Amino acid sequence: MSALTAELRQKIEAYLPRYPRKQAAALPALHLVHDTLRCVSNEAIREIAEILEISPAELHDAMSFYNFFKEADNPLGRTRLWVCRSLACQLRGCDELLEHLSNKLLVAPGETTKDGAITLEFAECIGACEGAPCFLVNDEPVMDMTVSKADELVAKLSTMTR
Amino acid sequence: MPDFEPVLLKRIHQPNSTALDGYRADGGYEALRKALGMTQAQVIDVVKTSGLRGRGGAGFPCGVKWTFLPPNHPGPIYFCLNADESEPCTFNNRILMERDPHQVLEGLIISCYAVRASTAYFYIRYEYGPSYRALQRAIDDLYANNLLGKNILGSSYSLDVFLHRGAGAYICGEETGLIESLEGKRAWPRIKPPFPAVEGAFRKPTIVNNVETMACVTQILARGADWFKSIGVPPDPANSRDAGSYGPKLYCLSGHVNKPGCYEAPLGITVRELVDNFGGGVWKGRKAKGCIPGGISMGLMTEAEFDTRLDFNGPGKVGCLGLGTAAVTIFDEQTSIVDVLHNICRFFQHESCGQCTPCREGTGWMLKIVERIRKGQGRFEDLDILAEVGNNIGIMPGTTICGLADGAGWPVKTAIRKFRAEFESYIRSGQRTSKPLPLVAAH
Repeated sequence: MSALTAELRQKIEAYLPRYPRKQAAALPALHLVHDTLRCVSNEAIREIAEILEISPAELHDAMSFYNFFKEADNPLGRTRLWVCRSLACQLRGCDELLEHLSNKLLVAPGETTKDGAITLEFAECIGACEGAPCFLVNDEPVMDMTVSKADELVAKLSTMTR
Repeated sequence: MPDFEPVLLKRIHQPNSTALDGYRADGGYEALRKALGMTQAQVIDVVKTSGLRGRGGAGFPCGVKWTFLPPNHPGPIYFCLNADESEPCTFNNRILMERDPHQVLEGLIISCYAVRASTAYFYIRYEYGPSYRALQRAIDDLYANNLLGKNILGSSYSLDVFLHRGAGAYICGEETGLIESLEGKRAWPRIKPPFPAVEGAFRKPTIVNNVETMACVTQILARGADWFKSIGVPPDPANSRDAGSYGPKLYCLSGHVNKPGCYEAPLGITVRELVDNFGGGVWKGRKAKGCIPGGISMGLMTEAEFDTRLDFNGPGKVGCLGLGTAAVTIFDEQTSIVDVLHNICRFFQHESCGQCTPCREGTGWMLKIVERIRKGQGRFEDLDILAEVGNNIGIMPGTTICGLADGAGWPVKTAIRKFRAEFESYIRSGQRTSKPLPLVAAH
C-alpha cells in the first residue's frame, strides 16, 4: 500500500511546473504530506523522492534540516500549538506560559498530548510581537496571551475534531 | 516629525484593505502602468536616484543591486522576494503582507519588470499563515485581471509569481540560504562570490529583495524619486561610506512599552522619540534600562544612548552592528540583563544552521556560559571568554560563510561592554539578584 493517496500525489505534481527543477517542489510536497498525514514517514519520503526524481536520502537530508516535519514515531496532534519564546515575548512572560502549558498538558515542547489533541511547541519569534506574549495555533497567531486565556484556548482545542 | 503622514501604512486600517478593487480605487497599479511605459533602464534609474536602501537588514542600495545582473543575459532571470522575516521582534513585513498585499505585489511586478525577471518566487515563512492566504488571494485576483501572467496590461511583459512556504528556519532569511531552501535543499548559505545576481536560484542570475523594499518601490514609482529623497537623512559628510538614509521606514516597537506596534516614521527617528511619541512611554511608569535597536542581531543599547538616530548610520555610532530591521525592543530597569542575554544566546544556538564550525560551536558555548552565569555559577573570566567568542565568529573576523554569527556575537559583545557592572555584581552575588520576570502582561 502506498503512503501517499492519489489526491496527494496529484497535488504534489501540480507544483512541479512552477520550478525549473523538480527538487524545488520538496518543501511544498513535504508541507502537503505533513499537513494531511500528520507526519512524513520513511515510506512517504521514498514516494515523494520518486516524484521529485531525487534520492530519498537527499529529501530526508533537506527535511531533517528544518526540525519542522515530524517523523512517523512522533506524529502531530490535531492542533499544533506554538508558544513564542522570543525576547519580546519573554519580556512579557512567555517562559512562564510555556511552563504552565507543559505542566497542564503533561507534555514537553515537541510532544503531543495522550488524547492526540495538541502538539505543544516552542517557536523562535513568530513575528506577532505587538501582541506579546503570543501563540501560533497551527499557522494563525493569537496575541496578548495570559494564563487564563491559554487555559481557555487549550479547553477549546481539546474538544475540537479536525 | 509630527506632520509626517504614513505612506506605506496608509491603507492598512481601511476596511477590506486587501481587496484588489479597493486598491485600484486608491490609485493602485497606476505606478505599474507608468513603469511598463518606461524602459527597464529608466525604472532602475528612478530607484537608483531615490537612494532606496534594502529594508531587510543590510541596507544595500536597491537600484545598485539590480545593476549587478549580467548585461544582455539570455535569461531566465529569477526574482526572489524574501518574506522569511524571522529576525526576533520584527513584524513590519507581516503587517504589509497581511493588510496591504497589493502594495507589495505592485512593487514586486515593477521590480521584476526592471530586472527582466520572468518568474518570481515569493518565499514566505511558514508562521505567516494569514499573510500567505491574503497574498494567494491577491495573486489569484491579479491573474484574473491581466496584472500577472501573459502580457501584463497589454504590454509585451509576462511574469509568473509563485508563493513558496518556508519551514521555520531563521537562516532562510539569508539570501543564499533562501535560494538553497527554494531549490529543495538544506538551507546552507553559499560561499560568495558568485553573488546571486550572477549565479543564484537554479544557477541563474537572481535578485533577492525584502518585502518592505517592494512597498517602497511602489511608492517611488508613484510619487517620484524626489519625493522619496525629501524624507529621511542625507549622507553623513563625516562618513564617506554612508549612502544616506532616505524614505519612510516601518519601525517595530515591542517589549516594555505601553503601546507596542508597527509605526511608520521618516528614517532617522530616535529611540526616545519612538518610545515617547508612538509607544506611549515605558510601561508601568518605569524607566527603560536599554533596548535592542534593530532586531537582536544588532546588539544592545543603554538608556543613555536612546537619542541615537535610527537611520542606517546611527546605531553604528554607539557600537551596534547597524539599523538591522529597525525592530526596537525596550526592556525596563527591573529586567535582568542576564535574562536578556540568555534569551538572545538561546535563539542563536537554536538557529545556527550548523554549516560553519565557529558559529555552530560558538553559539552553543556562548549559551552554555550564559546559562551557567544565570544559574549563579558564573566566574568573572566567563565575561572575557564570552566576548572573545563573540569577537571571533562571523564574516567580519572571517571565520564563517554568512553573517548569522556576526549577529550572534554582537549582542554578547555589546551586552558585556555596556552592562559589565551588572554582570559582575550578578556573578559576585553567587545567586540570582534580580527579580524573576513579570508573570504576564496586564491587558
